[in-house]
Amino acid sequence: MQHTITVLVENKPGVLARVSGLFARRGFNIESLAVSITDDPTISRMSIVVSGDDSILDQINKQTDKLIDVIKVIDYVDTPIVERELAMIKVNAENMQRAEIMQIVDIFHAKIIDISETTFTIEVTGNTDKVDAIERLLAPFGIKEMVRTGMIAMARGSITAVG
Amino acid sequence: MNGANALIRSLVDQGVEVVFGLPGGQAIPIYDALYEREDLRNLLMRHEQGAVHAADGYARATGKVGVCIATSGPGATNLVTGLATAYMDSIPVLAITGQVKTTALGKDSFQEADITGITLPVTKHNFLVKNADDLPRVIAEAMYIASTGRPGPVLVDIPIDVSLAETDYKPVKEVNIRSYSPHIEINDEDIKRAAELINASERPVIYAGGGVVLSGASEEITKLSDMTHILVTTTLLGKGAISEYSPHSLGMLGMHGTAYANHAVDQCDLLIAIGARFDDRVTGKLAAFAKRAKVIHIDIDPAEIGKTVAPDVSVIGDCKEVLTRLIPMVNPRQETDWNKKIMQWRTEFALKCPADDGEIHPQCVIDCLSEMTKGEAIIVTDVGQHQMFTALYYKTTSPKRFLSSGGLGTMGYGFPAGIGAAVGCPDLPVFAICGDGGFQMTLQELAPALEYKVPVKIVLMNNRYLGMVRQWQELFWNRRYSGVDISYQPDFKLLAEAYGAVGIVIEKPGEVKDAFARSLEIKDKPVILDFHIAREENVFPMIPAGQSIEEMMVNRPR
Repeated sequence: MQHTITVLVENKPGVLARVSGLFARRGFNIESLAVSITDDPTISRMSIVVSGDDSILDQINKQTDKLIDVIKVIDYVDTPIVERELAMIKVNAENMQRAEIMQIVDIFHAKIIDISETTFTIEVTGNTDKVDAIERLLAPFGIKEMVRTGMIAMARGSITAVG
Repeated sequence: MNGANALIRSLVDQGVEVVFGLPGGQAIPIYDALYEREDLRNLLMRHEQGAVHAADGYARATGKVGVCIATSGPGATNLVTGLATAYMDSIPVLAITGQVKTTALGKDSFQEADITGITLPVTKHNFLVKNADDLPRVIAEAMYIASTGRPGPVLVDIPIDVSLAETDYKPVKEVNIRSYSPHIEINDEDIKRAAELINASERPVIYAGGGVVLSGASEEITKLSDMTHILVTTTLLGKGAISEYSPHSLGMLGMHGTAYANHAVDQCDLLIAIGARFDDRVTGKLAAFAKRAKVIHIDIDPAEIGKTVAPDVSVIGDCKEVLTRLIPMVNPRQETDWNKKIMQWRTEFALKCPADDGEIHPQCVIDCLSEMTKGEAIIVTDVGQHQMFTALYYKTTSPKRFLSSGGLGTMGYGFPAGIGAAVGCPDLPVFAICGDGGFQMTLQELAPALEYKVPVKIVLMNNRYLGMVRQWQELFWNRRYSGVDISYQPDFKLLAEAYGAVGIVIEKPGEVKDAFARSLEIKDKPVILDFHIAREENVFPMIPAGQSIEEMMVNRPR
């Protein structure tokens, strides 16, 4: 089962290595990882997507929580969350294909953020399914480059990670 | 003052009395700050591995944090084995390393190694100090992290320009790390459920690990066992958690545990694991381990709960605190048929020393030492067959008196750890039980042992083999003794004398006792007791790796 785990850590050099190193040596596979500073400049927030059964996830949470620089680990198991990921997709867009691609972009509420004689660069945000779907639909045109940020997540409603 | 002086002041303020180490270019300011310092003893070791093992032995014997110092690069990397040893066994060690100057960091400078990166997996935490003003706080935090919660080694890396920078020393009274809170509130409901399981059980067994020794919970374990007649088996690191002279002691369990401890665990209906982590050398084949039992797991580290075995009831907290609160809820009981059953096993599978056939058998050597010291000496072992013989045949009476590298199984640990233990507990005799293989990995520490008059008695189980590997080759590799014959070795008596120590060669069983008696009279220098033991002795009982008690070998297979 796939989980999005939120880890609040001290914003210090080397902390990312501590967390990712722990995952690597204990054999926990990271499917995606997004890190950035929070509204509190001394705290960084990591969103880590991992998969495994309950006992593996329990170990991931506990072993991560043991790291001295980790302030808090939150695994949104029973909490409804909003999850988003951002992708930029550079796709072949010859004259003949442009209308069709623009239609797809519209349907997905995505955006064309750059354009050249032969390509479009498309920005899309959404959950994994949505990003996967637009990627699949654009693939026949020829994707020249793609980058995804990895999933970030927050609990719905008034619940906060910091609180 | 400069950073190095602030560092030393911080150590003294934290109660550190002795450091084990070796200087080098980037550690010169730190050693300069130690020069002529009378309140902080410095033992100059001959290899950094010796220094960190000595700090580890000091910590295990005294319960205080053991401190070692090394220089940058190779000095620091030589600490890694010792840090990993301490990490696997949850021993509070503080390692201080010199580092190249901050502007040279990351430039592949001379004697530079990314030691905080290298030691990430083998330390509880580590620090790279970039500002001399931070030193007192970092040292206070490092000592606090090393010694609280589940203890472990911490490394502090100090670039030379930080050691040299001017700073105002301000003592740190209180440590507050927002992301680290070792004091766990124990859940009363969990304790109640544990007590209920104990009260309802018919065939309970206590399985006590190193956590009992670390938390000082021996009295509580003994009390619990005395009032309930529940028998106690310990792990290698748990030795001394209950006196092995107690009728309630079952000795060690696991791969080389006693047959009666393993039968008791196999047949029990409740396994009460306290400060133990279900190591694979204990459990063997996991699916078959204590398969009839419900499990209670008491541990200070939440991550240990469910890591290997999913317990029926778990209590997270310090063993001593948990037991203190648990004991009043447990019903006293008399001896039952279960006790009788275990007693039968204990008679049937009693450990016996081999009969006298003119050769010296290590079992008899350890048995003799155990009798002579009444279990009250500090016993430090190296790693191998002699370690298991000692674990089986030496009866330890109290905690912190049996020191051994359990988790990592580090050859070369025994002798330098013995030096650390002897420095920490100068009033107790210290015996370092070593194989001839392991001793030759760190024997250069004879020099500081002589220099500082540390009277460690080295009990050398000399069979001119890497014995444990030879045993495995005999039993599981069709006697192909590849790479284990170490007959080419020094004359250990002459070697002792070359350093100025005493060497005694023991070649006949009748000489064993006298040799120990002689060694006990020597109080100002190390002694090498070179026991020429039976070459192809094996450790039994043995459950082969990954097997269950059904596969236990009590004796050599015919």
